[in-house]
This record gives sequence, C-alpha cells and structure tokens, in this order.
Amino acid sequence: MPDTQNEGTIKITVEFSGGLEMLFSNERKLSLYIPAIDADGSRSNIAFLVRHLCETFMNDPRKELFVLDDTVRPGILVLINDADWELEGEDKYVIEEGDNILFVSTLHGG
Amino acid sequence: MAPSLCAHCKTNRALILRPKDHSKLCRPCFLTTFETEIHHTITSTGLFTRGERIAIGASGGKDSTVLASVLKTLNERYDYGLDLILLSIDEGIKGYRDDSLETVKRNAEQYGMQLCILGYDELYGWTMDQVVEQVGKKGNCTYCGVFRRQALDRGAARLGLTHVVTGHNADDVAETVLMNLLRGDLPRLSRTTSIVTSTPSLAADPAANTHIKRSKPLKYAYEKEIVLYAHHKNLDYFSTECIYSPEAFRGSARALIKNLERVRPSAILDVVRSGEDMAKLVPDSDEGCGRVCTSSVPAAEEEQGGCGSAQGPSSGGDLATLEQALSSDDRAADAALEIEITTSSIAKRTAPLPLTVGKSRKVPKAPNNTRKQPKKQVMGQCKKCGYLSSQDICKACVLLEGLNKNRPKNHIEVGYEPEKEATSVAEAVKQLDVGAG
Ligand SMILES: [Zn+2]
Ligand SMILES: [Zn+2]
Repeated sequence: MPDTQNEGTIKITVEFSGGLEMLFSNERKLSLYIPAIDADGSRSNIAFLVRHLCETFMNDPRKELFVLDDTVRPGILVLINDADWELEGEDKYVIEEGDNILFVSTLHGG
Repeated sequence: MAPSLCAHCKTNRALILRPKDHSKLCRPCFLTTFETEIHHTITSTGLFTRGERIAIGASGGKDSTVLASVLKTLNERYDYGLDLILLSIDEGIKGYRDDSLETVKRNAEQYGMQLCILGYDELYGWTMDQVVEQVGKKGNCTYCGVFRRQALDRGAARLGLTHVVTGHNADDVAETVLMNLLRGDLPRLSRTTSIVTSTPSLAADPAANTHIKRSKPLKYAYEKEIVLYAHHKNLDYFSTECIYSPEAFRGSARALIKNLERVRPSAILDVVRSGEDMAKLVPDSDEGCGRVCTSSVPAAEEEQGGCGSAQGPSSGGDLATLEQALSSDDRAADAALEIEITTSSIAKRTAPLPLTVGKSRKVPKAPNNTRKQPKKQVMGQCKKCGYLSSQDICKACVLLEGLNKNRPKNHIEVGYEPEKEATSVAEAVKQLDVGAG
C-alpha cells in the first residue's frame, strides 16, 4: 500500500468481524486506498469495493462465503459509517474519502 | 443519499433499519427498543419468577453474550429479582474452546456474574479428545452433538438450578420450523417453537424428579438485530470457526432463511408465527407433564447442533442430511417397525387427540390413507440417567455404554485391538443414526 495518496484515489477503512476476518488472513482492519473512479468510469461504490477486496485481499479460496450472486452474501451485514447499508443504497453507495465500511457475519455460532 | 432521521426520537440520525417492520432507528433508540421487546417477551410469557436462580447457557458467541447482557440490563431496570449465573460447557477439545471460554470469563467479569464451566469429563467421564482417540475422527460429531444436547441440563442439575436460558433467536426457530415442516414432524415442530421447554432432570429415581426448564428469551429477536446490538453496544463476543465450513452451510435451511430475509425481511418472524400456529394443531405429546402444564413441552432432542457452536444450527439444518434421514425413515416405515399411525387427519377431528398415547398403542392404518406418516416419538425417560428420551436408554447413555465398555484399561495390555474397538463403536453410532429422530 502506498503511504501517500495519489490523485484520484480515496482513503478508506475496511473492517471485518463476526468471523469474516478468517477469510482475510485474520485481518480485522484494513486501511486502504481505492481508485475514486472504477474501470467503467463511474465513481467507486460498494459493489466495486467488494470485487476489489475479493481480488486483492482475500487469500481464502472460498469466495462464496463472502460473495454470492455478485453481491455480499445474505447473512453478512454491511455497515457504512456505522449505518446499515440498506439505509445508504446498498452496493450502489458511492464511497467517500474517509469512509468506514464494516462487514459483519451473522452466520457464526452463538 | 440524505441521512434519514430516527423514526422514534426524530432527532438523531438513523443507523439501523429494523428487519421486522422497516423502521429506521438511531443507536440509543434501537438499543432501548430491542431491550424493551425482550422485556415484553419475558413478561407476556411469564418466563421468570422472582428470586429464581437462572443459568445462562454461555458459549462466548454473539447470541449468548447478547442474552447475558440484556438479561443483566433488564434484571436491574425492571427489578426481576433474578440470580443470573453463566454456565459454559467445555467439550474438552484441546485448544478449541480456549478463546471462547476466555470470552465467557471476561463476560462474567463485565457483567458481575458467577461463572461455572463444566467439562464433558465431569459430565460424562470423557473429553471429546478422548472420544476421538477411541472412535477416530469419523463419527465423533455424533458424540459431540448428543452430549451437547444434554450438557446444559446436566450442568444445571449439578448446580442445583432448574431453569436454563439459551440464546436461540428467531432465525434459529425459523430454521427448525422449516426443517420439521419439510420432514413432516409436527410433534417436534411443536416442541421447538415453544418458548419454554422442559426436561425431566437427571435424578435416577423418577419420583425425585424435578423438571429442568429451558427457555429462549431471544426467540423473537432477529439474528441481524442481535449482531447489531452486540456491535452498537460494543459487546465482547467470540466467533467460532467450525460452522463456517462451506459443506455445513451450503444448501442448508439456514441459507434458505437468509435468502428469504434478503427478499422480504419479515419472512423470518412470519415463519416463526406460522410454526406457532401449526404447533397449536399438534396435541400435547408430553407424557411426563400431560395437559397440566400446557406452556411447557419436552425439550430433548430439540437441538440438532453439530460441531462448532454451543447451539450451532448449521449441521442440523443440512438439507442433504435431511434427505438421508427422510429416506431412512421411509425404510423404517416400510418395515413397519415401531411405527404408529394415525387413521384420520387432524383437521377432521373436533377435539385434538394425542398422536401417541402409549408405547404399545398402534392404530391400524386406514386402507384409503396412502400418505406416509412420520415416525412418532413417544417421550419417556432414560432408565439410566432420567433424561427425556424416546428410547428406554437415551442416546448419550448408549454412546457412553459403548465407550466405557471399550475403554482401554491398559494401553500395553496384550490382546488390545484398537481397530476392533473402533468398529464396534462405529456400529453403535450407526444404530443410533438409524434410530435418530
Ligand atoms: Zn432515536
Ligand atoms: Zn440416559
């Protein structure tokens, strides 16, 4: 990860919990830069971030435990700056500089 | 998207979208609403009595952690006058429970509750590691599941308590409703939807028996809200690993529930309510308690949890396993072994009749009734340990008998044949699987 911010990138924090961290090398918190504009020329949204995380940070081959039918699998909660992503437009939410995106699995035993 | 305001206080920014009614709430309003609903569940069902000592089945996972936190809050806020104790079960798998037991220990401190950890070795004389050593890796989940089902009741009896609360949530209940619906097992559906279940305790003498009451105060709470409550209240919980195996999850009733929720969030509570309504059609099959305590139904064999969590739903919710179980039920039905059949449909009856009256009763099959009836369970007590069981000897005691018979007295003893022992235990497991309801 570059320490300095390039033109056209935004800095965000991504967190995993509820067991999801196991799919990401037990990393609970990532600080990362993502391009402000994705390959299609539109502003990066959650759908882009999810693809990006799968391609770049997931070491576990069981991608279906995170993504199913091109979206976050049912049973995984997404909080955008602590708010339910359903209040924010789900995977169409356009990511802003400094956003905190938390993925929590509800699928683990209680 | 402009941030929306909390529907309750109309002041703070809404952070939570409630699955059951789509209301948008801010953090403090959500926490209060969640707690108030649990309080309502508790009071409307008369779940607790003042001065009661209650064991909270605690695994360190989200559900039991939230349950302990909420019960502590409500006990203080509404002065229930309860004495709450955390009860944890250690299966005795080296390293496996370490993190979750550490979590429970921290919870005990955080909530100022007494903690009691009981091991399988204390309850059964065997740790899971010892079981695995004897029976091998294959089939040991059977032992773990059977032992776990009774562990909390046995543990409570040890502590002299008669009431255990568990963290089963609405998703768990909806899952078991679907499973039992798919297998046509209405008696069990009725048992699992009830908020209170009871099992005869473990006194060898049935006359000295007191019932262990089991209840699930989070029965109407969505798993999503439980996780959000833990998150927004910064609760300290542990996520177990075992359940995440894709084999256990793929194609499970659990996955179905989560997919339904994504399409229509109220579906989970609708399934729970439907289950309760169907349960009303099922005559009380509790022999021990009969019609006297209508709110209380037997709990034994309620939980199907396999390896992985104290109340893990996934293994039991596996549709492939269900298929197998159903086909073996069919085989048993063809062989007409211990099958009791009802002649007419329940709908035709004006008053509900017991599906099963006694162990020996067999109703002749009506010639025009071609539908296969599921095997009925007749709930009695284990002759060995007193636990609720459909057989003379409960599953745990059968397994223990097999284990103890083959317990190596001396590892260097001449003639010790580990392979043979493993086979005989495996056979015992096989027999159990066929008989398993
Ligand atoms: Zn509010
Ligand atoms: Zn027994």
